[in-house]
Amino acid sequence: MAEEKKLFKVKIDNITVEVEPGTTILNAARNIGGEVVPPAMCYYSKLEGSGGKCRTCLVKVTKGSEADPRPMPKLVASCRTTVMDGMEVANITSPEVLEARKGVVEFLLINHPLDCPVCDQAGECDLQDLSYEHGVSGTRYEFKRRTFEKEDIGEHIKLHMTRCILCYRCVFTADQLTNKRQHGILKRGDASEISTYMRASLDHTNFIGNVIDVCPVGALTDRTARFKNRVWFLKPVDAHRECSDPKCCGKTVLWMRGDEIFRVTARKDKYGEVEGFICDTCRFEKKEVKDWIVEGPRKISRHSVITAGHYVGVHKPQETVAKVMDGRQPKLLMDIHTVSEVNMPQVDLSQIEGPAHSTDFPKNKGVQ
Amino acid sequence: MAVQFSEEKLNKVKEIIARYPDGKQKSALIPVLHLAQESFGGWLSADTMDYVAGLLSIEPIEVYEVATFYSMFNLQPVGKYLFEVCQTGPCMLRGSDDIIHYIKEKLGIKIGETTPDGLFTLKTVECLGACGYAPMMQLGKFYKEHLTKEKVDQIIAECRAQANN
Amino acid sequence: MGRKLLLDKAHIEGIRYYDVYRKNGGYAAAEKALKSMSPDQVTEEVKKSGMRGRGGAGFPTGLKWSFLAKPEGVPRYLVCNADESEPGTFKDRYLMEFLPHLLIEGLLISSFALGANTTYIYIRGEYAWIPDILEEAIAEAHKNGWLGKNIQGSGFDLNIYVQRGAGAYICGEETALIESLEGKRGTPRIKPPFPAVKGLYQCPTVVNNVETLAAIVPIINIGGDEYAKIGIGKSAGTKLISACGNLNKPGVYEIEMNISVEEFIYSDEYCGGIPNGKRLKACIPGGSSVPIVPANLLLTTAKGEKRMMTYESLNDGGFATGTMMGSGGFIVLDEDQCVVRHTLSLARFYHHESCGQCSPCREGTGWMEKVLKNIEHGKGKMSDIDLLWDIQRKIEGNTICPLGDAAAWPVAAAIRHFRDEFEWHVLHPEEAQRRNFGLAHYADPLPVAAAV
Repeated sequence: MAEEKKLFKVKIDNITVEVEPGTTILNAARNIGGEVVPPAMCYYSKLEGSGGKCRTCLVKVTKGSEADPRPMPKLVASCRTTVMDGMEVANITSPEVLEARKGVVEFLLINHPLDCPVCDQAGECDLQDLSYEHGVSGTRYEFKRRTFEKEDIGEHIKLHMTRCILCYRCVFTADQLTNKRQHGILKRGDASEISTYMRASLDHTNFIGNVIDVCPVGALTDRTARFKNRVWFLKPVDAHRECSDPKCCGKTVLWMRGDEIFRVTARKDKYGEVEGFICDTCRFEKKEVKDWIVEGPRKISRHSVITAGHYVGVHKPQETVAKVMDGRQPKLLMDIHTVSEVNMPQVDLSQIEGPAHSTDFPKNKGVQ
Repeated sequence: MAVQFSEEKLNKVKEIIARYPDGKQKSALIPVLHLAQESFGGWLSADTMDYVAGLLSIEPIEVYEVATFYSMFNLQPVGKYLFEVCQTGPCMLRGSDDIIHYIKEKLGIKIGETTPDGLFTLKTVECLGACGYAPMMQLGKFYKEHLTKEKVDQIIAECRAQANN
Repeated sequence: MGRKLLLDKAHIEGIRYYDVYRKNGGYAAAEKALKSMSPDQVTEEVKKSGMRGRGGAGFPTGLKWSFLAKPEGVPRYLVCNADESEPGTFKDRYLMEFLPHLLIEGLLISSFALGANTTYIYIRGEYAWIPDILEEAIAEAHKNGWLGKNIQGSGFDLNIYVQRGAGAYICGEETALIESLEGKRGTPRIKPPFPAVKGLYQCPTVVNNVETLAAIVPIINIGGDEYAKIGIGKSAGTKLISACGNLNKPGVYEIEMNISVEEFIYSDEYCGGIPNGKRLKACIPGGSSVPIVPANLLLTTAKGEKRMMTYESLNDGGFATGTMMGSGGFIVLDEDQCVVRHTLSLARFYHHESCGQCSPCREGTGWMEKVLKNIEHGKGKMSDIDLLWDIQRKIEGNTICPLGDAAAWPVAAAIRHFRDEFEWHVLHPEEAQRRNFGLAHYADPLPVAAAV
């Protein structure tokens, strides 16, 4: 019989958990779950070498280990610090940690454009969630926010450098999933940017689309779904197909409205990490229901606005409208299409070339 | 014109690569970029960087990442004489601001610009490690220290004379 | 006259060349180490000497060496950190330019002690002419059997290579330096693992400053015990101080760590006082990252004791009233200097040099510069001073590498000690464009501390 591995006992916010040696504090906290899990903007368990950069997951080690109980002098990045037996960690129980985290959130936001109203990531954006939970409503930054020269990186992926928080995840993705990395971090300091330098298209390998899924913000979004719909209006549906690429797991989420597929993504867990990477063919080219074997509605377990409005757990009212209204018939007070030209049911949004504009809804095409 | 090192410089590249263990030729990147910048007009064009990537068997993006990180690599053409004047604290205490202002006036250019004749480019840089000999600037390979207005005049005159020869 | 161990022969003509260096006792320490000592004995001597790393952090060198992992069959590396970029610091340049063989001898002994057969000198790119000097000296050492295979019949092999950087202060941080040496962007690594376990090419590596490695030579020559007797307490040995700013005789000085700050500034043996009869306003004694202190706290500690040029005495009072030895970059400000303007210049420096990898430093350094620029140019608000304080507090300690702290400390110390000067800028925006705040009370004698 194999010798039983000795587990390390760690206490995080006074909750004890036993984990294998080599586990990071962050992953130990994820084993506990709930509020004691530090937020992570750059760490990604499936990308080797990631983490340590954003500093949102800083925690305080109040006791180093059973053998050496001295506390660590500075806050540490929980995603890159491994546990020791008997270690004690304070996350949300440490005012110092919460204060530092508030600072990091502020730093991440001072140059962020806050263009959520026109950002496709809105609703499933880690920075939005982070700001909501750890940020403040005002800003103390009174200067012009940083901008970059726009760079076109191809027809599948849209780069918005102003939104980038430089987590480096997309660089690791290109390094570890594709055979040729063509983009990287250029320049330095607060001028650092994701770029190809050559203004080249990234559509050259079959896995680069995964940078969209790993991007925690709206810096890299799916151009084929750009401006087509708000993510919270779409219904996520688990689906799979027999993909010929052996590296592609073929298991996806289709983001649908009616029978239209607006977007295909990998399946993400509650920490926003994909369960398996998918290929660009599945992501960008299979946009018909017939391409897929639909499994059923997806339960979104992460905390986000996209958990609302789904098929799962919907409680349908038993009473008919007529009964509720005491026998009166419902009356349409106003048909929105008589005054607004957008979102006419005759127009298939997902079929429009490029972003949807008002010109896609010509006056005479609507309700007569 | 295609970017190509001379035979002698290619040997130098080989010699540099030999300083590192097998398979670690990427270590040669910064020295080779220095060599390339000296050899191809004082700046690094995309073609030059792609050429260096080829020499070291690495991806071009790895070269772009490095070349844009370090402040000594010029990614745009510069004048024949690049004045890099230090403006950090210790130099500032000794009047570097006045020297910078004087050079601007004298050459009729702003910081970052090149004179129309392509001779001079003025840049301000951060601490060059000559704080005790301030104010100072880097000109090519060497430092010009203890700068005064007269000394600046003299340096500019020398550069002009050298360019005319 | 203080005892000199590094620069004692610097004045000898031709000391840059092998023959002169050898004739004047050069390579005697290397001979002693290779022929009569084991690597562990060399390390033991360095430990006994109590020498602390001269790059800035002041960590005991012998202890650092003893952390080096020594797995079988894995090469180990010694890397000499010659990326001297801390504003105010220019001592390593002096050693390399004038005494290249001293460094090479130090590298030889250290490599022998650590079991490193390849050693790199990573020198900042702007020191463009110095690699030629070093390479010439390396060639001479090869020719005379002090480098290469089976050095002096000891069976020990060593090659030294010079690598030029290309303009990045951050590469003075040891893991950023290693990244740069591997041909990458100079971004610090996340530690652990430390270089002693996984450094250059993922092999065990020691990174030491130029002055540290040069000082190995006198330590072996006179013995660790003798070296430890020089200086006061844990500030053992001699230290190179590069003095600059408003001084009569700026330059590189070797001091025994037993003189007072006052003596260093005003005596003719060292800096010779302040030019034009001006008075001392403030000083940053250890390179731009360490806290700036006003004249009264510089010359005397808060306890009323004379402040000495030692690690402990400079640090006396902690950050509240003390400062640090750092790298020995001694920057002096006279009464005509503006602390706000000087702090702005340093903030600009750290903003320019931030690698951009972690968010507090990337975003915070630029923000501090912008706020300081407003204050300096008469557009500041009173609340900006508190804002600055809060920004630096949120950078400090929360970054991957010490650059965050280095950027935060000068701002913090300037506000701590010179807050009235900042407020004056805010309250008198127009006057502040025309004249400086002046000396104010910063040179006044310290009030006598009440009996406790």
